[in-house]
Amino acid sequence: MTCYRNSNVPRRLLGDCPVLPNGRELTPPSATMLREQLREKISAAFYRHGLLCATYPVPIILFTSVSILTCCYPLLRLPLPGTGPVEFTTSVRDYSVPSREPQGDLGERPDWYQGPPVAYIQQVLVKAAVVPWDNSLVPVDVFRSPLGRVFSLLDEIRNHVHTDSSGVRSLESLCLQVADLLPGLRRMQSVLPEHGCLLVSPANYWQNQRELFDTDPNLLKTVQKHEPKGLHTSATLRDLLFGVPGKLTGVSHYNRKRVVTYTISIVLSSYDASFLGSLRTRLKQLHPSTNCTGLMNERMVHVHFKEEIGVAELIPLVTTYIILFAYIYFSTRKIDMVKSKWGLALAAVVTVLSSLLMSVGLCTLFGLTPTLNGGEIFPYLVVVIGVENVLVLTQSVVSTPVDLEVKLRIAQGLSNESWSIMKNMATELCIILIGYFTLVPAIQEFCLFAVVGLVSDFFLQMFFFTTVLSIDIRRMELVDLHGHMRTEDSLPATKPSPLRTRSAPPPPRPLPHTITLQTPARNLRPPKRLRLVYFLARTRLAQRIIMVSTVIWIGILVYTDPAGVRTYLAAQVSEQSPLGDDGGGGLTPHLEVAPVFRGGDPTSTLTDRLAPDPTPLPDNQPQGPPDSKAEPPPHSPPAVPQITWGAEDEEGWRRLSFRHWPSLFSYYNITLAKRYISILPVIPVAIHLSPQEAIEGRHPQDTQHPMPPIPKVAADLQPDLTLYKVAALGLAAGVLLVLLLLCLYRLLCPRNYGQNGGRRRRGDRPCDGYGYWPPVSEISPLLLRGHSMDIECLASDGMLLASCCLAGQIRVWDAQTGDCLTVIPKHGRRRSSSMDCWVNFSSEGPDPSLSGDSLSEDEGHQVRHRTTPSRPPLFKDQPDLTPLIETNFASTPTCPNAARPTRDGFHYGDLVADAYMAHKPPSPSNFYSPSSSSPPSTAPPHSRPSFGDAFDVTPPDLGGGSVWALELRGNLIAAGRSNGKLEVRLWDTTDGRLRCCSEGVSASGITALAFLNNRIVAARLNGSLDFFSVDVNKPLALLQYRGTPCRAGVPMSPCYSSEDAISCQLTRSVQCAHQKPITVLRAAAGRVITGSHDHTVRVYRLEDSCCLFTLQGHSGGITAVYIDETMVLASGGQDGAICLWDVLTGNRVSHVYGHRGDVTSLVCTPLCIISSGLDDLICVWDRSTGIKLYSIQQEAGCGSSLGLISDSLLVTGGLGCVSFWDLNYGDLIQTVYLGPSSDGQGVRQLLVLNNAAIVCDFGSELSLVFVPSVLEKLD
Amino acid sequence: MSTLEEHYWSCSRAPQLEREHSSTSSAANWLASKGEEMMSIITSVLGSAYSSLHRHRTVNLIRRGLVLFAVGVILALVLNLLQIQRNVTLFPEEVMTTLFSSAWWIPPCCGTGAAVVGLLYPCLDSHLGEPHKFKREWASVMRCIAVFVGINHASVKLDIDNSVQLSLTLAALSLGLWWTFDRSRSGFGLGVTTAFLATVFTQLLVYNGVYQYTSPDFLYVRSWLPCIFFSGGVTVGNIGRQLAMAGVEKPHSD
Repeated sequence: MTCYRNSNVPRRLLGDCPVLPNGRELTPPSATMLREQLREKISAAFYRHGLLCATYPVPIILFTSVSILTCCYPLLRLPLPGTGPVEFTTSVRDYSVPSREPQGDLGERPDWYQGPPVAYIQQVLVKAAVVPWDNSLVPVDVFRSPLGRVFSLLDEIRNHVHTDSSGVRSLESLCLQVADLLPGLRRMQSVLPEHGCLLVSPANYWQNQRELFDTDPNLLKTVQKHEPKGLHTSATLRDLLFGVPGKLTGVSHYNRKRVVTYTISIVLSSYDASFLGSLRTRLKQLHPSTNCTGLMNERMVHVHFKEEIGVAELIPLVTTYIILFAYIYFSTRKIDMVKSKWGLALAAVVTVLSSLLMSVGLCTLFGLTPTLNGGEIFPYLVVVIGVENVLVLTQSVVSTPVDLEVKLRIAQGLSNESWSIMKNMATELCIILIGYFTLVPAIQEFCLFAVVGLVSDFFLQMFFFTTVLSIDIRRMELVDLHGHMRTEDSLPATKPSPLRTRSAPPPPRPLPHTITLQTPARNLRPPKRLRLVYFLARTRLAQRIIMVSTVIWIGILVYTDPAGVRTYLAAQVSEQSPLGDDGGGGLTPHLEVAPVFRGGDPTSTLTDRLAPDPTPLPDNQPQGPPDSKAEPPPHSPPAVPQITWGAEDEEGWRRLSFRHWPSLFSYYNITLAKRYISILPVIPVAIHLSPQEAIEGRHPQDTQHPMPPIPKVAADLQPDLTLYKVAALGLAAGVLLVLLLLCLYRLLCPRNYGQNGGRRRRGDRPCDGYGYWPPVSEISPLLLRGHSMDIECLASDGMLLASCCLAGQIRVWDAQTGDCLTVIPKHGRRRSSSMDCWVNFSSEGPDPSLSGDSLSEDEGHQVRHRTTPSRPPLFKDQPDLTPLIETNFASTPTCPNAARPTRDGFHYGDLVADAYMAHKPPSPSNFYSPSSSSPPSTAPPHSRPSFGDAFDVTPPDLGGGSVWALELRGNLIAAGRSNGKLEVRLWDTTDGRLRCCSEGVSASGITALAFLNNRIVAARLNGSLDFFSVDVNKPLALLQYRGTPCRAGVPMSPCYSSEDAISCQLTRSVQCAHQKPITVLRAAAGRVITGSHDHTVRVYRLEDSCCLFTLQGHSGGITAVYIDETMVLASGGQDGAICLWDVLTGNRVSHVYGHRGDVTSLVCTPLCIISSGLDDLICVWDRSTGIKLYSIQQEAGCGSSLGLISDSLLVTGGLGCVSFWDLNYGDLIQTVYLGPSSDGQGVRQLLVLNNAAIVCDFGSELSLVFVPSVLEKLD
Repeated sequence: MSTLEEHYWSCSRAPQLEREHSSTSSAANWLASKGEEMMSIITSVLGSAYSSLHRHRTVNLIRRGLVLFAVGVILALVLNLLQIQRNVTLFPEEVMTTLFSSAWWIPPCCGTGAAVVGLLYPCLDSHLGEPHKFKREWASVMRCIAVFVGINHASVKLDIDNSVQLSLTLAALSLGLWWTFDRSRSGFGLGVTTAFLATVFTQLLVYNGVYQYTSPDFLYVRSWLPCIFFSGGVTVGNIGRQLAMAGVEKPHSD
């Protein structure tokens, strides 16, 4: 039953498997067998599918898009969601109140049309005009008298009594009696009826009292007084009272039609056809409108209002959506290791949303009408469907081996997760099906949607998302391929000519590793804050938002029309119409003649309400709706206002906001939600007034103060001014916006944004994964060049820096300036001719054959110049083989009397000069130590010639060992070599002298050195530990130790003058300190800590070399040890464990496992312990409790070097860069790229110097990074 | 969590009772409750900031408690509103005033309950020695909260005359929630305990006349109340566990 278990990769090769590979008989099919078979089949199917998707991405995406669109097509027929009312029209004649019981036979009748409506609305549409228009009339006359007629009409309506056989009915008995206004509407109290019949008309402005109206000096002001300020989208009070949209009322000074329109809205609680009929007849009789026959007074419209969504309802909804977004955020945050994280997150969201839309569309297609509130159930649907699958898919694909082909990766990833995906989907379907059988209609509908959504989501995941993922992975592969090519370019060049090995540093790791290491190099991300800023800067989001909001703002400005722009524009439009001349002509007499003939009694004053003489305009009546200003009737003398009735008057309420009736009723605490009202056909009333009447109705002030603004002038100048105002405002806003944008841009983007961009190619710097390249950091590292090979050891005492490369050359740098102070070649000779001390003990003869291989280096140029060629071309191609050659050095004499002063015994000045002049390969010259002048230094066989300048020629000595450990204190350098020699050198910059004394005890290589005070501890490969004491024989007090050096303080570097004789004396040698090679050695606070491969840590006292404790607890070799002056000892081992020890008692304080692999580096702050491991994880632990605070996943292969600049600033080395972290929050503060290209070597060692500079080895160069800006930022 | 939901069922009735005589003090109450909420948020934020510097267990505990308290208060307010809006659909001012004036003690009670239950869950886990490892991520927690709100929504919105059917449906939903997001025996046990205790507590409250339900069908309360309590307990436990885990290990490895 496990016949396919081993065929993991191509699972498509599936078939019947009657006999197991091992020959056993097939077990009878059991449940597990079936399950396994099913699993294999599913996995194979997914594998094939993944191959398909990755092979044809574009056709599949096209196909998916087409299917999404097809499935969403039925959605077009759905009404848009919202609270818009629904209408149903019946005939007035056979109207009867619908019964409450639903009747199934009425197919067209909507289901809400049951029971009586909330109210019946009867509107009396009044159109009034002063005819014939007289030039002597003032603009106020257009509406004053017509409005005045509303009072008499109201009286007529209120007092109308209909008497028939069933009794006497008045309006009081039929109308909707309202009680109190809502408490919050006190300001409307004076306007809206507070009790009695709900009857609204413009007369409400004046409390239905004619006297108030007559004494009102400014009608427009009264009307305007109640208008709300600012943006209003719903029904305003003016709309409520006039019953027609405000611009159609004609109550303004600029009314060109001179027809005033308003309605009297009567709200009835019960329907009485006979009463309304008699009212209609009565009104028509009073005010006969001649040509209103076009009105079909037969339709009764029932309007049903949806449930309203208030704030109270929105809050839970919004909460649900917030939860939904949090869910999506937390989900998509896990997408990682892909080319474009946001692209994939978007694809995931698109997948879910499209599947929902498809689900609704499909359900609609098959006849299921959604009754649930879409906005409410939507978040739950998303949550039920979930975006887990796409994340699982992504992670599975990403975790497949990188070196595979993209197709195979996709296929493998799919096939790996196929079982779990299918299982989850089956489970969800089962749960939903169970929900379907709850037989609750709402749940059933939800479940139906969810099932279809799940299936379509699965479809989309399989086709859409997988394809997108394959494209993404392919893009990433392309990037990797480029990196790969670069690496390979350098490699074949090195292979044919082994001589070039030195020029190109050997790749530290095998090639496949290099590729895989580069892959996630993008993941070193700036902190979220920076990323947000980058995102903003990249997408110009701020600009766009401001632009959009400007447009919206202007739109609102136009819409709310605070300055009358719209009126002006409308007037402009009407003037530009073909009849504009007439309009203008109509206005001209108005403008000019009016003052002249004012007070004069025109002849036409006698025309009264019978005036509407239809004969002059026989053909105007059907077309000219009174409100369509764009099409005034042709040839109509504008002086004669004409009242016409059109089809739009029939249902004039349609032009009102759909919130009109609900808001009117809501003032009386009556909700229309889920209920309906019936709107009865309007009763048209046309009122014609004679100019005489209009003049009679004038208020004394009407002729006085509104007159001066002559309408024409006002119409021309005032809107012009407002237009200018708006334009000026817009301009100012634009300028302000530009300034704001500039400021934003300045703020968002650093000063050197884009300046240094040209220097680096795009592909060179790791990007943040969003396609945006972080600005070039202000910190530019100082490259210290000079070493010809990779730097092996690095030591610093805070102010000075010593480095040793693979070639064995030691350089000392000034950490402040980056100047190379001195160069100590392999043999300890200096290039300088002033070198007066030369000590060389070589036990073996030089090998002339190798002398030609020696490399010369350019040392004449002190570092820090990028222009300096790193080495002369003459010797560029010559390999340095010497460090690779290790000879045994058994015959090294050990000199016990090490304390003797070194004496200058031998001068090579002439020889060297000759060689320099000849400029030829160094001649083999034997430098045997001719004297016993420096017996203390059992000189290490510095077999390599020094690579000083070309004149510095030395026979190479095969007996030399490479420097394995280096320590620096002041002008003393201690170097431990692989052949077991310890050299202590004294160098001096002033006179260029070099004194050295060397001492060797055993042949085992020195793996670690510690230089504390005047003691040197050397740990050897064979596990022995040697304690040396360094003495300087000078009578004066020259050892200026001022206390013990502390970690962050200035180390007290002893100063030795060049005349001093230095002796290095072996004080004690612990032969078997450890059973296995000592890997780490640290000394602080008078303790020496050694860690070894034998799983133990030992603590020695520095003074007497006494072993205090042997700390056992690790289950692997010790790889990292940390101790500081506060006696806190931490050790990390190959088992990934970190132990905290009490140095005083030897007890283990805590023991935590944090890494999958070796712990490579450990540092401590007073609060926490920072460890880094081979798993590229940096863990930060609480020092007191041992609890892991957080961990930082670094890019792979970024090295393990750690350094602490301050207690809260951590620096780590990466691939070609160093990163600064804020320890308090784990945020990346800054990443400094050390070289122009990031595909270089990783930073292997990292030292923190005093002046907040860090130094790290970067191939053959040292990088000095000054971090004052980081410190500032931290502060 | 034990008191997270136990009161908002009464609020649909309570606002109407108190609407008349509480209009004057509504603003003050509203301000007070908002201030309290803001203070809790601020303190939780400060607490988290502080504890990032000094992470001790107690600080961590307090921080978690505060966060849970805030979650409980917010959930109580929102779900309370969900109940109220069934009867009041218009006039948001009214709703706001009634929401914040009627029963000011409900959100703190719910918050306290949430804090207790949310702290109890990880504590119980550690005592039982079986750390909860199933779907320990914030996305799952968010999903859980959404489902919980959905269950409440369903209990409000579903118009089912048969209360037994509704109760069974909600019970199935709650069990589904537990199965989807928890699947631990301790979680189930604690959820059941929470539901039982909270229901008893509610019964006592109603019996003593603190408030009442519109249509009680299970002694004095609604019969599906234990289901809501159960799912609420599981949800808050989920949050609490996640918080406890995030407190130990900051989810910062993105």
